[in-house]
Amino acid sequence: MAARNTPLSPHLQIYRMPVAALLSITHRTTGVFLTLGTVVLVYWLVAVALGPEAYAGLQETLGSWVGIIALFLWSFALFFHLCNGIRHLFWDAGYGFEMKTVDASGLAALVATAILTAITWLLAFMYSGAQA
Amino acid sequence: MNLPRLEIRGLPVYKIINIGGLYGRLRALRTKSPALHHWWWQRITAVVLVPLSLWFAASLITMVGAGHAAAAAWVGSPGVALLLVVFILALCYHAYLGVEAVMDDYVHIDWVKAKGLLAVQVVLGLLAVIGVLAVLWVLVGLA
Repeated sequence: MAARNTPLSPHLQIYRMPVAALLSITHRTTGVFLTLGTVVLVYWLVAVALGPEAYAGLQETLGSWVGIIALFLWSFALFFHLCNGIRHLFWDAGYGFEMKTVDASGLAALVATAILTAITWLLAFMYSGAQA
Repeated sequence: MNLPRLEIRGLPVYKIINIGGLYGRLRALRTKSPALHHWWWQRITAVVLVPLSLWFAASLITMVGAGHAAAAAWVGSPGVALLLVVFILALCYHAYLGVEAVMDDYVHIDWVKAKGLLAVQVVLGLLAVIGVLAVLWVLVGLA
């Protein structure tokens, strides 16, 4: 049988997504997820305005396991979107388009995200211990 | 090699990209096209949000174990309140522009896209108004 000459789209189960593509879709996913987070952010401000009772209620919710996991995911999403967003700003200015640079800056964004998230939660647990 | 000749406002795209001062060129174009206007505001709000979101996250961390009094004192100080208002407005507008771009790419039924965008606009607009009002409420000492 003669080899078929038709173009094929990447086979999703064996196709290894380039890092750049993976980071790109993650940028959008974290962006949408962070948009959901604005609701909690605004409710935090509303709780401060409403007074001690509402604020304590929100603290209890956010301090539960579900709350902490959600906050953890939001902090990760924030730092990723921020670090990767800086890459986008450089691209918009016309810098960093070489494939090597794209991979290196992507890796740098991931490392920075991990460090910022780790520092955030280290400090958060230190503060919760100090003031509990 | 024959490249398709894409143009924005009569300028071939490869020329825009090859010229270093992309931002300057886009600034000249931005008032002429709604798409560029959105593109431009997405970047402006992004640049504003970089320091403000780091500042907000860092401030929240220091209030982790503290109660309402500490939070109210923080939100109610004039400098913080001003920055929070800028933060909320930039955040909600940036979020709207982002969701709009995502929906443009993935929602292909016109009425769903139109209704969806309107819904996102209303929700994020309300969130912005409520957030700003809450900050002002604390600022004038009503909390």
